[in-house]
Amino acid sequence: MLFPTTSPPQTPSRVVITGAGIITALGLGWKHNAKGFRSGKVAFRPVSLFDVSRQRAKRAAEIDLPAALPSTHLNARQIARLDRAASLLLLAACEAWQQSGWKPTESLPLFLGTTAGGMSLGEAYFRQAVQMPRNHRRQPTRAVHYQPQVQARLVLDALGSNGPITIVSNACASGGNAIGHAWELIRYGRAECVLAGGYDALSELVFSGFDALQALSTTICRPFDARRDGLALGEGAAVVALETLESARRRGASILGELIGYGTSIDQHHLTQPHPHGDTTLAVMKQACATAGVTPGDIDYLNAHGTGTVLNDSSEALAINEWAGHRAATLPVSSTKASIGHLLGAAGAVEAVICLMTLLEQWLPPERLFETPDPACKFPIVHKPRDARVNVVLSNSFGFGGVNATLILRRWT
Amino acid sequence: MSRVFIAGLGAVSPAGWNVAALSEALDKGEPLPTQPMERPGWKKPLQARLVPNPAVRPEFLAHPRLRRTSPITHYVVAAALEAMAKLRANPDPKFRLGLVVCLQSGCVNYTCRFFDETLKDPATASPLLFPETVYAAPASHVAAVLENVSLASTLVGDPSAFLQGVALGAQWLDENRVDVCLVIGAEETNWILADALWHLERSAILTAGAGALCICREPKLSAGVELADITDPQTYSAHHGRMQAARTMRGQLGKSSPGELLCDSLGNSSRADAPELAAWRDWTGPRISPKRILGEGLMAAAAWQCVAACDAVASGRFAAANVSLVGFNQQAIGARFVRADSGISHLSAGKSIGNIRS
Repeated sequence: MLFPTTSPPQTPSRVVITGAGIITALGLGWKHNAKGFRSGKVAFRPVSLFDVSRQRAKRAAEIDLPAALPSTHLNARQIARLDRAASLLLLAACEAWQQSGWKPTESLPLFLGTTAGGMSLGEAYFRQAVQMPRNHRRQPTRAVHYQPQVQARLVLDALGSNGPITIVSNACASGGNAIGHAWELIRYGRAECVLAGGYDALSELVFSGFDALQALSTTICRPFDARRDGLALGEGAAVVALETLESARRRGASILGELIGYGTSIDQHHLTQPHPHGDTTLAVMKQACATAGVTPGDIDYLNAHGTGTVLNDSSEALAINEWAGHRAATLPVSSTKASIGHLLGAAGAVEAVICLMTLLEQWLPPERLFETPDPACKFPIVHKPRDARVNVVLSNSFGFGGVNATLILRRWT
Repeated sequence: MSRVFIAGLGAVSPAGWNVAALSEALDKGEPLPTQPMERPGWKKPLQARLVPNPAVRPEFLAHPRLRRTSPITHYVVAAALEAMAKLRANPDPKFRLGLVVCLQSGCVNYTCRFFDETLKDPATASPLLFPETVYAAPASHVAAVLENVSLASTLVGDPSAFLQGVALGAQWLDENRVDVCLVIGAEETNWILADALWHLERSAILTAGAGALCICREPKLSAGVELADITDPQTYSAHHGRMQAARTMRGQLGKSSPGELLCDSLGNSSRADAPELAAWRDWTGPRISPKRILGEGLMAAAAWQCVAACDAVASGRFAAANVSLVGFNQQAIGARFVRADSGISHLSAGKSIGNIRS
């Protein structure tokens, strides 16, 4: 039963990651992405998915989808109904699934974060409804497959599995929250294994929305740079296979890292702007550290939300300064949005996988185009590729609406 | 796991702006009248059940965060304030409040307006509209109005996800992360959503509104109702259809005592309703089908089912009420609410109310 459940264990379970899948504009899969993030490769290019000639910004981090999807339990009809976002999700999920070594099951919880789900199908529905009001062709299919829970079901079908689906939509914190909720589920003994992640594809509505807000950079996306002038959008997905340490050991699974802390809260300052002093950011970082049992001195790398907007980065910088104290002066910080853009509902999940890469491969992802330090940042921005000893990392995600998420991961040795 | 009690209920529906109006409409048992909804490009309008304008402009609309917000936010805030009224009247309302907002379609009005502007000319699309298109907007606004929200999440899914929202709230209570949690299901109407529903289910009449359950751990805050069970979500898959999922959900709710209420999610479609009808074929007790009176309110309708079930128990008419939610394309899930002071639902038959069919 979902309620009541058994009482939580006296000692919460340790939660490890045994599979990770990722797709961004840097490529499909761990290998291509690790190579790209390690060197600070920048993946922006002119938008080709829709017309941006009347927009201020013209570039985004678009993905080249592979010609074929991996072989799964989906039939041809189901595959034909996958939109761009669902394809991204499926690609990331298949990689995580394969790496985890899990077998098909009827009780695999799936936690996903997204802001837009199948928005491209929604846009197609609206266009046809307005421009050809008497043409009903494909409209029922679009109305159904636009919904994120249907896309999630296709993922479970593809993996030959079933289980409860939870879709979290806390704007740009969605991916971080989905992984955090999944972590809590396992930690408190309510599940042994959970597949969790986030996904979002570029869409005209969302691009136009950020452009209308003048939040998009018309130059270069440079988080925490004194000359930053906005964010850049991207698309992608990441999925992680989370399970109890006991389960992973029992199976003899390879462990990629351990998820040790999670914090979440809501900033009530404004619908789209963070509190200028970063009060809630500070609170969630402290909360995540408390659950992880670590201090800022234990953190070896901080993957910032760092969108590149003036307001977000200044608010986050103040929070990091205060949270880190003396440690700030030597704490390496970067925002990987400088490479792949803001992936919205996928951001928190993709950045969690990037953190896993830093833990496993012992390097820090640079912001290669970072030039001018912002005096508000008392911490160094990683701007050149470098190897480093990385044992504990922290990742921030903040969303429109004010919900924030912080994840803390530890190297598995 | 901690016991979970219902501390308050709230509702906005085509019947009106409170739980009393909802209950009155359900007691009466007559489908509410429909109104025409213009569908651009069609001569014949679609039909919908619209939320009436409130008799008096709600005071909360003066809150600065609610300027330019869409109807769904107004419904969410109204339902939240009604569900929290007793707690907020407390002279020392210092409690940690959780908030779970559940949506299926969400903020469709501003989404359509903004996309329409984008298609006409993106250079002049209004930046005021876009932030209101995100699923998380209603939760953000109601958190700003309530002020003491410490933990919040927006869940998206078919209407069955509302009970997952209640379970998430119960989990937060159990983990002592909040003292009280508001779980709200809401939707708003517009022509594109009515058009989509017409494509999927011709007999359904779209409606809108919100329903809210305020849940807590403290028995002394209880409105006389306790959450007894929420079944496992029975997710549909290629090998686990709606019929089987509904039957498994029914089986998990267990054998009910005489006189309990069933609050189901039946509409007016023999095809869509078949799995739920089959799952409850053996039910001989009183039952209520809010969607047949109020319309297809998607996530709001699921919330109304729970509100109606809790209200029936709180008012003393039933010792227990079962909620059956057989969603469109996600899962079947059920719940059971019981009278808090009775402990379980073994009381004899409650007195009947208008729409309840024995």
